[in-house]
Amino acid sequence: MTDRLVADLVGVLGRRRVHSSEAHRALYRRDASNMEGTTSVVCSPETTAEVQACVQIANRHGVPFVARGSGTGLSGGAVPLDGGIVISLARMTQVLSVDEVVRRAWVQPGVLNLDLSNQVTHLGVHFAPDPSSQQTCSIGGNVANNSGGPHCLAEGVTNSHVIAVKVVLPDGTVTVLGGDDPEPVGYDLRGVFVGSEGMLGIATEVCVKLTQNYPAVRTMLLDYATVADGAATVSSIIADGMVPAAIEMMDQLCLRAVEAYIHAGLPVESAAALLVEVVGLPNDLEAQVARIVEIAEQHHVTSVRVAQDEAERALLWKGRKSAFGAIANIEPDYYLHDTVVPRSKLPEVLDRIYEIAGRHGLQVLNVFHAGDGNLHPLLVYDARVPGTKERVHAAGREIVEASVAAGGVLTGEHGIGLEKRDYMGLMFSDVDLAAQNALRCAFDPEMRSNPGKVLPRPATCADINTMPVPEGAWI
Amino acid sequence: MDLSEFAEEIGGDGPITIAGLGTRGGPVDDVRPVMAPGGVEWFRPDEMTVCCGAGTPVDELEDALAVERQTVAIPPTGTVGGALAVGRSGIRRLGYGPVRDTVLQMRFVNAAGEIVKAGGPTVKNVSGFDLCRLLVGSHGTLGFIGDVILRTRPLSRYEQWFTTTSVEPEVLLRELYRPSSILWDGERSWVLLEGHPDDVREQTAAVGLVAGDLPPALPSGGRWSVAPTELRSLVGTGRFVAEVGVGIVHHEHPAPARTVDPAVVELHRRIKQRFDPTGRLNPGVDVLALA
Repeated sequence: MTDRLVADLVGVLGRRRVHSSEAHRALYRRDASNMEGTTSVVCSPETTAEVQACVQIANRHGVPFVARGSGTGLSGGAVPLDGGIVISLARMTQVLSVDEVVRRAWVQPGVLNLDLSNQVTHLGVHFAPDPSSQQTCSIGGNVANNSGGPHCLAEGVTNSHVIAVKVVLPDGTVTVLGGDDPEPVGYDLRGVFVGSEGMLGIATEVCVKLTQNYPAVRTMLLDYATVADGAATVSSIIADGMVPAAIEMMDQLCLRAVEAYIHAGLPVESAAALLVEVVGLPNDLEAQVARIVEIAEQHHVTSVRVAQDEAERALLWKGRKSAFGAIANIEPDYYLHDTVVPRSKLPEVLDRIYEIAGRHGLQVLNVFHAGDGNLHPLLVYDARVPGTKERVHAAGREIVEASVAAGGVLTGEHGIGLEKRDYMGLMFSDVDLAAQNALRCAFDPEMRSNPGKVLPRPATCADINTMPVPEGAWI
Repeated sequence: MDLSEFAEEIGGDGPITIAGLGTRGGPVDDVRPVMAPGGVEWFRPDEMTVCCGAGTPVDELEDALAVERQTVAIPPTGTVGGALAVGRSGIRRLGYGPVRDTVLQMRFVNAAGEIVKAGGPTVKNVSGFDLCRLLVGSHGTLGFIGDVILRTRPLSRYEQWFTTTSVEPEVLLRELYRPSSILWDGERSWVLLEGHPDDVREQTAAVGLVAGDLPPALPSGGRWSVAPTELRSLVGTGRFVAEVGVGIVHHEHPAPARTVDPAVVELHRRIKQRFDPTGRLNPGVDVLALA
């Protein structure tokens, strides 16, 4: 069975772009999460027609397939289940066209996020979504996960930056969702495709919006004796009618870990620090900086450090972005969570997170997008200690539950994938989930495209009027 | 009326249509109409979010938001639900983004009369498939919107329209920093700038814009959707006002017919079949025929 599948793929892509050795398959069993699956074969198409051929072969053999970008996903979205085909888009790295007047570009899905911005920077534009993994994550992966990043506070997440996608649908048909024009006829299929975690087909070309670079930038670090004061500052800035480009928070454990790692002069005695960046035209910028400092003072800010030059700004951002490297000095392993709560609930939910971690005997660092309430509790641990993984998972579940209970959501930017699939019931009723499944089934009635993700089992595409399929009959 | 009463009224069988204030075409003729609940449920200025019934008039929502100097990127007149069901953005789309980006959470009533929640209440959320996107612009063919949580935005402290006949629209788009709107009728351009008055003054001086009148009345014969790179091709087609950088064209003539890829037609058929198998919601409305 697998031999014939491999032979068919080799027939289209040649031997060098189809891999079925055990060693090679092992490389694609997981993404950046700690979940694993199995794949029967990994293939690397380079064109839309080749992706289409791979999907057609999968259909002919009745096997599932999963598209994969750089494998930096944190929720197991690219983990192959049940021995499906991994279709790697990593070789599709062309920027196909750039329109500098209306600021958009057609790109292949394997283009790396930061590479895209670097390639268009001479035009005074960039791709706004900036996940922490932006040096290595791909545009296709950003589309699949509707990725965010610090600067999505003001600019919006990936969905706001995707104009159209050329896709191979799960049955092998090629079409374009969305379009070059602003109001394509019919339903917003582009909009539902972005963030569908590879379950509605494979994007092979993406038309992205490019964002004007900022004429001026001011970055400041504000530190506080209590987390609550820092969080209150965030709410007050927003209530005052400002939407800074980014508002990031680091708690004390994180500040200490990062300072030990990069020596940026961070306030290690503070309970929390806010990294606030405002962008725009000079007069507006100065007014915003002044107002933010005033608000911070009302909330008992301990010190205010405004970056004096680009080097200092880069250093402050390096502190934020190297948090994940820094924690390796504390414990060998970490589990990064991703939930969102209303901004006003940040102090209360952070207290809960400290309490949960403490009860499970774990250390937790918090470094996150405070401006949009997007928490990233980082549980650090040593997997070699027996029973630790179980405690990490138990604590993680409680953190997710506490976030949802506070009026929040399961994930802000990492996606549901496998990781949170079975938590979907915390947020959605069976009726809600059936509606999501109806969309999936309209695109993929055979459930071939990345099955087993997002929607809790059993979710089937049986005809609407038939009885539910009995347990165990999944796929 | 609350949401469960709305759902009950919709029920599970028989043709049914959704009515608002009738500003965007109104309900389907000769079919039993229902109206969505109205009123602002809550408004949290420090979250920049607001929750309201779909039957809330857009003007009423804006009045509530203006108290805290906020607004929402939904075009004026009619109801919130009507604006979302039709999915057309206002003339500030260049600066504010499309109307679909304002919806964070939506509760709609499906063809079985059940309440379905899509999205979530926070400003950032990627939990599950984004059915809000599917419902915005679906013209009531997949479900009737009951209530929504929307992302608001600050009202700018200062705004001013400018006009020019000497600076080309492409130059305006290139030189100005994030204008809220650029309109062009083939000869004259109108530009809306918002922000700090000194910044606005410096920007307009740099490109040679003068403060001008409000933009002209928009021709209402047709709403064309063209690639923003193709605006020059409009010259000679009749009287129009085009949204530069966006591609919406308010034209004196009806929009030319557009072709739809058969694969997209098939996806529409399957989605409608899954969401409304008996075709009871807004019967006769074909979203692919609404150009």
